Amino acid sequence: MATPLASASRSFDAERVRRDFPILAQHVNGRPLVYLDNAASGQRPLAVLRAVEHYETHTHANVHRGVHALSQAATDAFEGARERARRFINARSSREIVFVRGTTEGINLVAQSFGRSRLGKGDEILISALEHHANIVPWQMLCEQTGCTLKVAPINRRGEVELEPLLGLLTGRTRLVAVAHVSNALGTVVPVERIVQAAHSCGALVLIDGAQAVAHSPIDVRALGCDFYAFSGHKLYGPTGVGVLYGREELLEEMPPWQGGGEMIRTVSFERTTYNELPWKFEAGTPNISGAVGLAAAMDYLESLGLEALAAHERHLLAQATAAIERLPGIEIIGTAAHKAAVLSFTMRGCHPHDLGTILDSQGVAIRTGHHCAMPVMTFFDIPATARASFGCYNTEADVAALVAALEKAREVFG
Amino acid sequence: MDLKDLYRDVILDHNRQPRNFGALTDPDTHAEGHNPLCGDRLTVWLRFDGDRIADIRFEGKGCAISTASASLMTEAVKGKDKAAIRELYDRIHAVLTQPDAAPPDASLGKLAALAGVREFPARVKCATLCWHTLNAALERSADAVSTE
Repeated sequence: MATPLASASRSFDAERVRRDFPILAQHVNGRPLVYLDNAASGQRPLAVLRAVEHYETHTHANVHRGVHALSQAATDAFEGARERARRFINARSSREIVFVRGTTEGINLVAQSFGRSRLGKGDEILISALEHHANIVPWQMLCEQTGCTLKVAPINRRGEVELEPLLGLLTGRTRLVAVAHVSNALGTVVPVERIVQAAHSCGALVLIDGAQAVAHSPIDVRALGCDFYAFSGHKLYGPTGVGVLYGREELLEEMPPWQGGGEMIRTVSFERTTYNELPWKFEAGTPNISGAVGLAAAMDYLESLGLEALAAHERHLLAQATAAIERLPGIEIIGTAAHKAAVLSFTMRGCHPHDLGTILDSQGVAIRTGHHCAMPVMTFFDIPATARASFGCYNTEADVAALVAALEKAREVFG
Repeated sequence: MDLKDLYRDVILDHNRQPRNFGALTDPDTHAEGHNPLCGDRLTVWLRFDGDRIADIRFEGKGCAISTASASLMTEAVKGKDKAAIRELYDRIHAVLTQPDAAPPDASLGKLAALAGVREFPARVKCATLCWHTLNAALERSADAVSTE
C-alpha cells in the first residue's frame, strides 16, 4: 500500500504535491479519494485557486478598455499571463499566443479562419485515426463548407500512428496535417517532430492538438517546428474555460478574424472596419481574464515541480500500474504503444467498462469509462468503450495499489 | 453505497446468460436503441399475435445493468398485450427514477431486482435503454398498422 520509502527514494515527492491540492483530501463513498481521471481534467493546486481569488478580490475590471487603475491592473495581469504562456511553450512572441476557451476552440479557430480562407476543392487535410473528436469534427465541418477532403492516417494494433502509411498519404495537395501530440484514449505519444518535418517538406502546415501533452512534459513549439499548437488550461491544473492557441506569427497575421466584436477591432464605421493587431484580432469580446490568470499560475506551479521530474514520476506510475493490472485475470490493455504518457486504457473480460467505473467509484477510485470522445478508436479496436486510468502530478504508488485493489473487487463482484 | 444493491444475483445472472438473446427470425418489427454517452447499443425484435407480443428477442453490447435489464424485460413482456406493457413500463420507470418510490411489489416479479439502480443516477439510463427501444418498436408497429 503506501510506500513512503519508495517515494522518498525518488526525486519527485508526490506526497508533498498532494498537499497542494485541497480537493484530494476528501472521502468519496466512505473511502479516501483516488483521483485517476486526469486526462479528462486535472485538479487545481492552491497556488491557482489563490491567484484566481486574488485577481477577483483585488484586480478585476475589463481589459484594454479603461484608463482607471483597475482596468490597467487587469490588463497587466491578462497580458502578463500571455507572456507566461509564451515562455511555457517557448513561442517567439506573445503575439503568437491567442487565448481561447480550450483546445477545441483553438482547433475550430484554425479550421474556420485559416481553413475557410485558404482551402478549397482538391485540397486535403490529413489527420490520424487516434484523434479526439475535437480534432476530427472541425475538419469535417470545414470539408462540407469548402469542398476540401479529409484523409485519415491509420494506427496499428498497438495504437501507434505509423509513419510510413502517414507519409504515403502526404501529397502535394495536403495543406494541413492535424494530429494529437498524445492520444487521450490510448496514451500514445505521437512522433510529431517527424510528422512536422515530412509535412513541411510537402508544403503542408501542421497543427498539434496538445491537450494531453502539456501537463506531462516540457513543450517547445519552436523545437517542434509546428505551425499551430492548441491546449487547454484545465488539463494542466489550471481553470476550465481557458486555453491557448499558438500560431506562427506570419500565419496568424495573414489569417482573417474568426469572430467579430469588441476588442478585435481597431476602428469601426458602417462603411469599413479595420481589425486589431495580433493577438487581439482573434479575441473578440471580453476574455476569460481570471482564467488566464489562473492558467499562468498553473504554469508557474508546474514548472516549480519540474516537468522532467514529473514526466519521470508519471512514467514510473504508468509502468507500475501497467505491470500490476496486466497480472489480473481477464484484463486487456488497449493501447500498448512503445511511447506512452500517463494514460492506461483497458477492458476486463465479463465486466463492461461502465460497471467497472461504478465499482471503482464505490471504492473511492475515480476513472473515466466510455469512448473518451474518440469513437473511431473504439471502432478500430472493436470495443464499445474502455476504462481509463490517467495519472497526474499528485498520484502516488498508493493510488496504483488502490486501483489494483478496486479492480480485484470488480473481479470479485462479477466472478 | 452498497454494490450488492446494484449488482444483485439476478442482475449478474441475466448479464452472464441473457435470456431471449439473438436475432428473431421473421419479426414483425424491430427497433434499435443507442446511448451515445456510453456507447451501449441494443436491438429489440418483436413478433405479434394480434395485440399481444408472441415473441421478443434482443441483441446488443452493453454493461451488466443494460444487458440484464433487457433480458429481464423480454421475459416480463412476452405474452402481454400493449396496454399491459405500457402499465408495466410506467411502474418500472417509477422504480428506476423516483427516489421516494414505494418499494417494488411482488407483481413486478424479477424486474424488482433493478430497484437498486436508482441509488446510482449515472446508471439509470443503462436500465431504461431497452424499454425506450421496446417503446420505439411498438410505436413503429402502431405506425405501420395506422398507415395500412
